[in-house]
Amino acid sequence: MAEKLLEIKNLKQHFNVGKANEVRAVDDISFDIYRGETLGLVGESGCGKSTTGRSIIRLYDATSGDVFFEGENVHGKKSKKDLKKFNRKMQMIFQDPYASLNPRMKVMDIVAEGIDIHGLAKNAAERKQMVFDLLETVGLNKEHANRYPHEFSGGQRQRLGIARALAVDPDFIIADEPISALDVSIQAQVVNLLKELQEEKGLTYLFIAHDLSMVKYISDRIGVMYFGKLVELAPAEDLYKNPMHPYTQSLLSAIPLPDPDYERNRVRKSYDPAVHNYAEGEDVRMREITPGHFVQCSEREFESLKATSARI
Amino acid sequence: MEKILQVKDLELSFNTFAGEVKAIRGVNFDLYKGETLAIVGESGSGKSVTTKSIMRLLPENSAEFKNGEILFGGRDLTKLSDKEMQKIRGKEIAMIFQDPMTSLNPTMPIGRQLTEPLLKHQKISKAEAKKVAIDLLRLVGMPKPELRMKQYPHQFSGGQRQRIVIAISLACNPQILIADEPTTALDVTIQAQILELMKDLQKKIDTSIIFITHDLGVVANVADRVAVMYGGKIVEIGTVDEIFYNPQHPYTWGLLSSMPSLDAADEKLYAIPGTPPDLLAPPKGDAFALRSEYAMQIDMEQNPPFFKVSDSHYAATWLLHPDAPRVEPPATVIERMKKFPGSRYYEGSRV
Ligand SMILES: Nc1ncnc2c1ncn2[C@@H]1O[C@H](COP(=O)(O)OP(=O)(O)OP(=O)(O)O)[C@@H](O)[C@H]1O
Ligand SMILES: Nc1ncnc2c1ncn2[C@@H]1O[C@H](COP(=O)(O)OP(=O)(O)OP(=O)(O)O)[C@@H](O)[C@H]1O
Ligand SMILES: [Mg+2]
Ligand SMILES: [Mg+2]
Repeated sequence: MAEKLLEIKNLKQHFNVGKANEVRAVDDISFDIYRGETLGLVGESGCGKSTTGRSIIRLYDATSGDVFFEGENVHGKKSKKDLKKFNRKMQMIFQDPYASLNPRMKVMDIVAEGIDIHGLAKNAAERKQMVFDLLETVGLNKEHANRYPHEFSGGQRQRLGIARALAVDPDFIIADEPISALDVSIQAQVVNLLKELQEEKGLTYLFIAHDLSMVKYISDRIGVMYFGKLVELAPAEDLYKNPMHPYTQSLLSAIPLPDPDYERNRVRKSYDPAVHNYAEGEDVRMREITPGHFVQCSEREFESLKATSARI
Repeated sequence: MEKILQVKDLELSFNTFAGEVKAIRGVNFDLYKGETLAIVGESGSGKSVTTKSIMRLLPENSAEFKNGEILFGGRDLTKLSDKEMQKIRGKEIAMIFQDPMTSLNPTMPIGRQLTEPLLKHQKISKAEAKKVAIDLLRLVGMPKPELRMKQYPHQFSGGQRQRIVIAISLACNPQILIADEPTTALDVTIQAQILELMKDLQKKIDTSIIFITHDLGVVANVADRVAVMYGGKIVEIGTVDEIFYNPQHPYTWGLLSSMPSLDAADEKLYAIPGTPPDLLAPPKGDAFALRSEYAMQIDMEQNPPFFKVSDSHYAATWLLHPDAPRVEPPATVIERMKKFPGSRYYEGSRV
């Protein structure tokens, strides 16, 4: 798994720069994504997960920083042709199935959009068959091809978005909360499907979600974001067994479990950024505590985290 | 307990080019004052349509009430004029939608979207409304609310938009709050805050809440009672403990088995086989039968009535008929039943 498919370096995405309402949606984050892995991205609502995804596939021009895909800089100057190539290799499944489906287009044409742009079907019959197959892959059926998005339930629409992304046979998929709108059984279907597709085609995923039990299930590694920064990055199992950043600990303590007795007695840990007590200008950055387990911390916190984890 | 809302024999269809989509096929439930009723069930099973029909928010040109009534404060909501409905909507019954963008106006700053309903339904000044709006935004955990009042919906993250919608719906202290996937777009910590907020509101003004969600963890946290929907019907309804620890309908069993557990090994997740019923031509008998390993001959022929499990617990499955054979639920469900006094697998100790 050592080959890097993507390298994200010091990525920044700021909105309304210089105004009172400036938002540092993504504020200097760096990480790699390995070929064939699923990297989960979790964190508070509004912390910059979607913006990270959108900047990676260049829906936004980054304020600063670089994104390398197979060693090539996505954010450098690009010809239309190069961009088209990237667009096919990197697909995004959106958080918001309503906003991302054109209400005036039939399902057939929505799903076939990428097939058309990239000329992937030899003729109309093949195009149709590809769409039918894709619909089936995501648990819909060919009768759905002639309908319009408003005739579908929330969950059904999300499956259309997945079919559309799969249509161009991409290498890398950013799935921005692809399953939050689905019922648990279809979530299971979709997650099984994403895993199968990954094994078959060697796909790489950046999987953004709030459902931590699903994220843990699907991810090889997980990154935790807080206010535009990555605060912890670790192998999935490790993150759950041994969360080190207090924000991660608070997040994990809030996962609701399908067990009423447990819920009645749950104890949540809350996170207050003041606990760090950082001095002015203190050097706070990602540091590797145990192999592959990175935490944003100061030199002082680093020493104590290392000492604690040595004892475990 | 006082019933604040009664849904009786509700049947509703959409007239589409393809034909009549029988989206709601006989739904019955009561909502008690101050309780939280969770509705769970398959995507497309009719959860949103049921609640939108209470609010009368379905497209008039295609949606048609076929049968039944929705009683609220002595009136049948299916019969009210649009004008009468307008007075109820947003004030007495408020709704938080699955998709925040459908309830936010993309061309209006969110501050105005918050103050408008306040000015419409309450006698307060503009300055007071603004103050209330900022307080509400702070209440739902929005950082720097004063600065963000002037911003437009697209300038917020998915979860922030949803929190704005929640703030709007709470503005008028409604008697009934219908929340359709209100926290799906939120991370678990903000979700927990919002759930607390809704519970506080409930305690303060005795609001009744209908809570639609796919997240069974959230259901376990918020619900007093749970209704499980499948194929346009409620197939099981009971207290939260009855549904989680003593479920009776094979669809409920499938649902509870599909969840990954945090300490689960890396095996494939269980997913209910097959596809949802075609509501253009719903099956004659039990709509779940074709996907259920527990189906019997009668399931293909006759629609099961509700069988009583307890005073508060009913399930529509022929398996509860006295003549039905005894079947073993899935292993994960048996584990749950071990915790429930009164279930046949009860082991006496509850953790
Ligand atoms: N176009 C924009 N203009 C101004 N601010 C924006 C814009 N898009 C996003 N933001 C802000 O950037 C921050 C990060 O937003 P983003 O959508 O990336 O969050 P997120 O982590 O995906 O949250 P969620 O889990 O709620 O979807 C938020 O504070 C949001 O308000
Ligand atoms: N305007 C419409 N025209 C035609 N059919 C519709 C319309 N709105 C909903 N339906 C159909 O009615 C059924 C119930 O839809 P509903 O939105 O209530 O599902 P749901 O249970 O809320 O699902 P989800 O969990 O995916 O949100 C679905 O089969 C859907 O396709
Ligand atoms: Mg997002
Ligand atoms: Mg719905």
